[in-house]
Amino acid sequence: MAKIRNDYERSWWPRLLQWLEDGSTRLDDELTAEMEESREGHLLPSHEDVAAHETRLEERRRQKLADEQAMYDHAHQWSRTKGAKLANWLYRIMAVVVCVSIIWVLLQTASYLPPFGSPDNPVNNEVSRRYIEKGMEETGAVNIVAGMILDYRAFDTLGESNVLFIAACSVLILLRVSSDKHDPTSVYQLEVEADDRMYEPKNDVILQHIAAFLVPMILLYGVYGVMNGHISPGGGFSGGAVMGAALILYLNAFGFKRTQRFFTFKTFKTVSVCALSFYALSKAYSFFTGANHLPSIITPGNPGDLFSAGLIPYLNIAVGAVVCCTMYAFYTHFRKGDM
Amino acid sequence: MLDTIRFIASLLLTLAGLFVMLSGVVGVFRFKYSLSRIHAGALFDTAGIVLMVLGVIVGEGFTLTSLKMLIIVGILWLTSPVSSHLIGRLEITINDDLEKDMMVLDQSMVQHEKEGD
Repeated sequence: MAKIRNDYERSWWPRLLQWLEDGSTRLDDELTAEMEESREGHLLPSHEDVAAHETRLEERRRQKLADEQAMYDHAHQWSRTKGAKLANWLYRIMAVVVCVSIIWVLLQTASYLPPFGSPDNPVNNEVSRRYIEKGMEETGAVNIVAGMILDYRAFDTLGESNVLFIAACSVLILLRVSSDKHDPTSVYQLEVEADDRMYEPKNDVILQHIAAFLVPMILLYGVYGVMNGHISPGGGFSGGAVMGAALILYLNAFGFKRTQRFFTFKTFKTVSVCALSFYALSKAYSFFTGANHLPSIITPGNPGDLFSAGLIPYLNIAVGAVVCCTMYAFYTHFRKGDM
Repeated sequence: MLDTIRFIASLLLTLAGLFVMLSGVVGVFRFKYSLSRIHAGALFDTAGIVLMVLGVIVGEGFTLTSLKMLIIVGILWLTSPVSSHLIGRLEITINDDLEKDMMVLDQSMVQHEKEGD
């Protein structure tokens, strides 16, 4: 599609064309201005001259319009017939080429995979054996998975929490609506008040009663999942997701005014950043002191106790807080672009 | 003897649950209007689930796991009707020609329409 310029006739290419055509480099308005000037200077041109000049101007204007129309027609014609055909053809060829190359790479990879269930597969090595045999003794976590992801591979889990945080930041960048809260008469505020998505609740009594009963239960279950992550199945990610779901249910039942009393954008910022910093700093301390917790103050404790397993329960709490905040932030920002 | 009776009772309960679920699925896919589909879809979260769970409990005997399953049934009974209610409420709110969609055709009207064709 050609770009339309308002000052097209002032650029160098049409001036060159014009010069080639009739040897003049002056533009229409310049000619007109010159004519006005000569009239004012009592150098009145003859009547015929003025008429000829005006017909020439008219002719040129009409020619320009016709040229423009022809150019558009040509462009549309091209995209309608040849262009569409070419794009279609290229698209199909490229789709086939990309698909075939991906299939080839995947098949090539699959042919190098070890047979399924064979005892000498590379996954059955001393690493997993060590996790199973010594995991509880070394980390203090009865749940070996928690011991793996928050102790042996805690660095990886820090990356995962940061991925969530970065995703939340991208959603904020894309969807956050900057509202002028100090001016209730601004256009944005009026629009918001007209849009009932922003000012729910609908005050649905059934939903409110059920939510008043269920939200504490779900929150409690989420907290249980986070706190017992090192003892039973659960952990920061799943427990945090359950807590975020409870917050979303509360928001749906009672509206933004009730949730803003305890969860604003500031809360989100503070909790996420503090949890991630706590995770990074405590794990840095743990790695710095040798990572096996023996000479430091972080002891594995008595496996099975609530406060055992060294740093794992605290790291679980940090991860759960980040996940919960991220879930809630996603929901609110996709719904109204603010918290 | 007692075991046989228990097995048969469990089988009957489970089959009844399966029947309810099947009718719910058929209703969800065959009904034309969304409120009717909600009615069919609410079947398997309430009647279907409780019949199947009762069948399992009768077959296996009452243990701690059965209690947990009953709690799951309770939570589903709390939540599923509420979600159906909200969907129905949304449909009532946003549907412009509600009267036409909710018009009940009784047998005589159907006959009349057929004769009219």
